[in-house]
Amino acid sequence: MIRSLHRWPGLLAAALLVVLALSGAALSVLPAVEAARAPAAAGPGLSVAELTGRIMAAYPGVEQIRRAPSGRITAYWFEGGRPGAAVIDPRSGQGVASADTPAFEHWLTKLHRSLFLGDGGRIAVAAGAAAMLALALSGLALVARRAGGWRRIFAPLKGPLPGRLHVEIARLCVFGLTLSSATALWMSASTFGLLPEGAGAPGFPSAVSGQTGRAPASIGVLRDTPVSALRELTFPYPGDATDAFTLKTGAGAGYIDQGTGALLAWRDLGAWERATETVYRLHTGEGAALLGLILGLMALGVPVMAGTGAVIWVAGRRGRPRLRSNAAPGQADTIVLVGSEGGSSWGFAATLHAALTAAGQRVHMAPMSGFAPARYARAARIVVLAATYGEGAAPASARGFLDRLAALPEAPRAPLAVLGFGDRSFPAFCAFADEIRRAAEAKGWAQLLLIDRVDRQSPQDFARWGRALGAAMGMPLELNHQPQVPKTEGLTLVSRRDYGAEVQAPTAILRFALPRRTLWQRITGRGLGRFAAGDLLGILPEGSAVPRFYSLASASCDGFAEICVRKHPGGLCSGQLMELRPGQGVRAFLRRNPGFRPARGAAPVILVGAGTGIGPLAGFARANRRGRPLHLYFGARHPDSDLLYGRELAEWQAGGRLASVTAAFSRAAERAHVQDALRRDGARVARLIAGGAQVMVCGGREMAAGVAEALADILAPAGLTPAMLKAEGRYAEDVY
Amino acid sequence: MKSALALLAVTTALTLPGVALARPVTLTTTLNNYGGDGAYLAFYVTDAQGAYVGSLWMAGGKSKYYEHLNDWHRATGGNTAEINGITGASVGAGRELSITLDLTDALFDAGYTLHVDAAVEDMRDSPSEVVVPLTAEGAGQAHRGRRYIAAVSYDM
Repeated sequence: MIRSLHRWPGLLAAALLVVLALSGAALSVLPAVEAARAPAAAGPGLSVAELTGRIMAAYPGVEQIRRAPSGRITAYWFEGGRPGAAVIDPRSGQGVASADTPAFEHWLTKLHRSLFLGDGGRIAVAAGAAAMLALALSGLALVARRAGGWRRIFAPLKGPLPGRLHVEIARLCVFGLTLSSATALWMSASTFGLLPEGAGAPGFPSAVSGQTGRAPASIGVLRDTPVSALRELTFPYPGDATDAFTLKTGAGAGYIDQGTGALLAWRDLGAWERATETVYRLHTGEGAALLGLILGLMALGVPVMAGTGAVIWVAGRRGRPRLRSNAAPGQADTIVLVGSEGGSSWGFAATLHAALTAAGQRVHMAPMSGFAPARYARAARIVVLAATYGEGAAPASARGFLDRLAALPEAPRAPLAVLGFGDRSFPAFCAFADEIRRAAEAKGWAQLLLIDRVDRQSPQDFARWGRALGAAMGMPLELNHQPQVPKTEGLTLVSRRDYGAEVQAPTAILRFALPRRTLWQRITGRGLGRFAAGDLLGILPEGSAVPRFYSLASASCDGFAEICVRKHPGGLCSGQLMELRPGQGVRAFLRRNPGFRPARGAAPVILVGAGTGIGPLAGFARANRRGRPLHLYFGARHPDSDLLYGRELAEWQAGGRLASVTAAFSRAAERAHVQDALRRDGARVARLIAGGAQVMVCGGREMAAGVAEALADILAPAGLTPAMLKAEGRYAEDVY
Repeated sequence: MKSALALLAVTTALTLPGVALARPVTLTTTLNNYGGDGAYLAFYVTDAQGAYVGSLWMAGGKSKYYEHLNDWHRATGGNTAEINGITGASVGAGRELSITLDLTDALFDAGYTLHVDAAVEDMRDSPSEVVVPLTAEGAGQAHRGRRYIAAVSYDM
């Protein structure tokens, strides 16, 4: 609901909002320019009477004096049959600049206010402001939901760049955009007379003295009114004894007799007028130049958010496939229900749909929110693919699923298989899928196979689950899912270092040359592009369309791409890589992994890894030219056999790129794992974490679980848990 | 359309004593190229003593801006009932406004004066920009305004 409240106004009004934001940002500079150009302000004690005297000396035919909220004073006069006007220096009463609004400013105001389309344009602009307000508020709610609560609204972000950019800028700009759009709506309502209007100026007095010629400098009311309170002083029409001075100030408006100087009538400003004036100033920054500049700067976020928002939407739509042969719910023997927030789970569902259909199954695929077990007359199994949103919340397309399940009189007859999609680096990894499983168990719903999880859209995880599903169904099922067909580059191996043959763990550090990118590739962002240690190199092995991902141990600025590979028995990709000789090549592409990178700042980082997991950690050390305290804990089998980067580690420690190096060897005398090394150093680790250190873990799943357990024990006395660190963005895992 | 509104003008705004004959009068106003937004113009009549008699036309639709037509606003207290049914759009810079009204003969050669107040956003207000005595002889003569109006004339 909130998402569609965000999506549709955004897409419909994007172009309009970009125009309004850019013109608004340009206009926001004007009050500051005016303030900078204005002559020095009048002394605080200067009265309107004195100011008027000075101006009259310079311009005897003066008819009107106005003071803008910025303090700029303008005088209008009529001399020799010609009207004139100038910005006045209050100290001298002399004109110092033209009073006319520059044509460009005028043009810009008109564009911003009505798109040059008169009242129709004003209505369109008001609709744009309403859309902006809806976007700001719904966006705020979405960010809070995504981060897992209002308190965590400024938590660090993860995920693809457009999404992060969108939220990052939104968090910076939402205050200004809310204020600007709300005040814009108020001003539109005021322009169209939808707000109660104030009483305005009082009625002209029924009688004046009939005398003329009183010098304004001697009028008591004007002597008592400071210039800072003045809005407008209009002189009586020359030669018209029935006319009077009209005075408008910040407090109200009234008439002054031109003969006696008496105040003839006065009316204070009403509450609505004051409110509208305040709103006007908040919107334009007139008289509040700094606020204007801030609002203008925030408005510049709108074009970026419009662009990234459109990219996010397109990516989400692409992810949701068009199915050719979706069976009716009553005809299908397999029901596939999808709970997806951004749309990526739909791609996996489509792969499953295609594979099952090819195997002769009739498959009905639908969003989880469309769960209707009464209609699944012939279903033999129900498969649920569920992503998680925020801290275990149901994703968009799964709204109402749990309620509907809870309301069933009895569990569906067809057994259930649940597959969760998520990101292991989030505290609530696949929490929604777990909740479905619990709810199903509570209902007594038979399970076709154990719940499984796919980490960060891993095609391998998905393929593994597919084989388990096939086994449960009694048929071979090969799920070959490609989230998007990656454009690969040819990489040539330049060197390799081999380890671990003696301990039955053949491992290699492979170094590839980076292909030269042409200028065109740089401009269009093609080619391998820039990367940092911790990003992933996807490698397409020959004979398979499913890429395998390896953590990069180098950055693009190093001039090479380095990965650590361990040969898995029967592993297609690792087998091919281990056979690779310098000069030979592979097809590869880059996938960014921004969630696994040392946080900004100078706080210490505890790097924990085992086996090939040391790769990205070594990359972080290699890039640590500033000498940030990095503490490396790593595990291997034997110091003489599979100590990857052994020589470099010593060099980096000597050079200050690593603050400490602690190793644990499982096949040496001590028989220790990396988590044992951590426990041994528990006091120091706890101290480092209490002091703000970040923890980064890379390696196998079991090792990561052991490390999390060890850290939980180490941190327990301080009242901390790894989950809490994760929530603060201080615990990152890259697990395979 | 315009003449229908103008008839209304005669019956509502300018119900003068001794109305006997009315004739169509075309009021033509040409604006200068002053380089701003559309001008608000108030056309109204005062008697020989300078007292407000009635309004002929209001060019400009948003009543919140009427206070900038200072003299008209002062004379009427900003009462929009005075211009009920005789309101049109504001007039762009350099454009011409032509209104045909059925005005009573009694308005002419009797000391009545036509006033035009003008106001433009972000520019100075110009009350009684044009002040023209209504005489049969003066018909067809162009009168220059002070700031925004290049010429006003009435033709009978």
